[in-house]
Amino acid sequence: MNDIKRILLGHGGGGKLSRDLIDSEIVTRFGTDGPLVGLPDGARLQIGEETLVFSTDSFVVSPLEFPGGDIGKLAVHGTVNDVSVSGAVPMWLSLALIIEEGLEMSVLQRILDSIKEAAEEIGVQVVTGDTKVVAHGQCDRLFINTAGIGRKIPGLNTGVDRIKQGDVLITSGTLGDHGMAIMAARENLTLNNELHSDTGSVHRLVAAAARWADGVKFMRDPTRGGIAAVLGEIVENSSFGIVLKEETIPYNPDARAVAEVLGIDLMHVACEGRMLLICAPDIAGSIIETWRGLPEGAGAGIIGEVTDDRGRVILETLIGGRRMVDIPQGELLPRIC
Amino acid sequence: MKYIDGFRNHLAARSITKDIHKLAAELSLKSLEARIMEVCGSHTMSIARYGIRQILPENVRLISGPGCPVCVTDAAYIDAAISLTERDIHIATFGDMLKVPGSSRTLADARGAGGQVHVCYSPLDAVRLAKENPETEIVFLGIGFETTVPPVISIVKRAMTESLKNISILTAFKLVPPALEALAEDKDVAVNGFLLPAHVSAIIGVDVYRGFVHKYRIPSVIAGFEPLDILLGIKGLLEQLEGSRAELVNQYARVVKKQGNRIALNLIHELLQPADASWRGIGTIPRSGLTLREEFSDFDASKKFSISTEGGEPDMRCRCGDVLRGIIFPDECPLFNKECTPLFPVGPCMVSSEGSCAAYYKYSR
Repeated sequence: MNDIKRILLGHGGGGKLSRDLIDSEIVTRFGTDGPLVGLPDGARLQIGEETLVFSTDSFVVSPLEFPGGDIGKLAVHGTVNDVSVSGAVPMWLSLALIIEEGLEMSVLQRILDSIKEAAEEIGVQVVTGDTKVVAHGQCDRLFINTAGIGRKIPGLNTGVDRIKQGDVLITSGTLGDHGMAIMAARENLTLNNELHSDTGSVHRLVAAAARWADGVKFMRDPTRGGIAAVLGEIVENSSFGIVLKEETIPYNPDARAVAEVLGIDLMHVACEGRMLLICAPDIAGSIIETWRGLPEGAGAGIIGEVTDDRGRVILETLIGGRRMVDIPQGELLPRIC
Repeated sequence: MKYIDGFRNHLAARSITKDIHKLAAELSLKSLEARIMEVCGSHTMSIARYGIRQILPENVRLISGPGCPVCVTDAAYIDAAISLTERDIHIATFGDMLKVPGSSRTLADARGAGGQVHVCYSPLDAVRLAKENPETEIVFLGIGFETTVPPVISIVKRAMTESLKNISILTAFKLVPPALEALAEDKDVAVNGFLLPAHVSAIIGVDVYRGFVHKYRIPSVIAGFEPLDILLGIKGLLEQLEGSRAELVNQYARVVKKQGNRIALNLIHELLQPADASWRGIGTIPRSGLTLREEFSDFDASKKFSISTEGGEPDMRCRCGDVLRGIIFPDECPLFNKECTPLFPVGPCMVSSEGSCAAYYKYSR
């Protein structure tokens, strides 16, 4: 029964199915040696004295425009964030467009403007690109691929192997806003306040944390699969576990409302502009204080701690119970990034 | 969210939990164990999601019942739905049904093989499909308890108003009260308290349970789905056990009214009639289902396409039936977390997000 003959939507969901596909088909072919080993967010490439970070991401979100952003912003932020959390300053981007015949020119123009604005705000340059048009029905309006190169910040060496019992887990803000904003837009759910995607760049958060580089152990932007996928992945095959305190996890009330209606666990939902960071407990206060001085880090706080309960992510629930946090399995939300 | 947050308050939870421990200690002095069955799948999920089992005393056991409509759907029903896709008939369904194993295949497999299966968020999506594709027969899979029945059968009303002839329902509706009776009659099921469903009761009301509680003398509390609702429900059941009482209590009075939802009940009565129904893992329970009345048989897919939903053969090693009756816990099934996982479910309890096995897998392995 476990023999899958065709690609399923769930293979792209960021959960267990995605991991299985990458492990069995990609890693075996390309990831046995070199920079792909361990599947970091970005490849670290040594050229003489300089280390560069290289990463790529594709974007197929529907709808193309949503409250708080659009596919263009997402395409800039997604790749910039992968480069940033690899401990680098993002410098250059490539931009490849796959456009469906019939896409309104005005939509394309708006999205390109949005890409320009996002790139300028971050200080990355679009330096190469490609444009393809396919016949009606062969893609859904517009797909975008970006790749990014950044320069490694000296001394900021993060990795799962540096995480130790007693370290603390910090989030830069509310979790799950992006996925719920897309879902609400798609299902026409009306709320008291419009729920906005959190799409944004984390490069300044990384730069801020780099001041305490020694104690920073791990950084990641929780996209598909949410924090459950990120944390599940880092405790897997590790000698430690993580305990989360539900009452300290920040959620936007409107995101919670949508999640309640749809019966979705917000820990499984994507963000596109948030960051999870694990660090030594003595520097956590300083990082949080600095982050809170930035608009993108205003909601920063500690949400958990590294324990010796190996391989398990445990949630201490609001009412004092404890339960396991599982990696999402397959498809949760179709095409959110 | 304010309305929900009040029922997740941790200080209140702590205080109720303390009361529960006190009552359990008194029961323990009398060598009594509380074996409480939560009948509804949403209770099962909520209990797992908030880690409620872990904060209860040892002599208070929560047993998950048959209250997930997907889980009790017979293999033959899935087989029938698959056979329709092979006749170029389009199936419209809630997403949970896709992975439920029939005798040998699932609807997801049928879709992979070219069958047309549309996932709907609302029964009205199926009406829209029928309107947009007048040449295509659309069959909606009518699965669910009293809560889901009214919105599904509103398809019939809508189709009649809009003169749609190409939409019908393959019914496998189930009723909670007859299942409760069957559980109470079953000698293997040792339960001394029922946590009765929230939303089902909002439709059928409080009074329908009176006869049952009186006849079987089992303490029963209608409880909401929030953690405080559940804790209050458990506390209420322990109080009854401690006082050797067997009463019907409505803890969820903010939603559940004595007479239920008249409009929904009238619609059910107008379109449907009771019928024997086959419950996966439990067997046939008399008058525990609902089928369309004769005058609406144009909308009854089993009559329209002459198909039977009887006689399928599920994987015999699967112990969903014992799980559904509370005889074993999910992790006591030999297939649990081995051959049977949410990605590759063998039994229906692992398929639905409300299934006992899925809840166990997700939150407490």
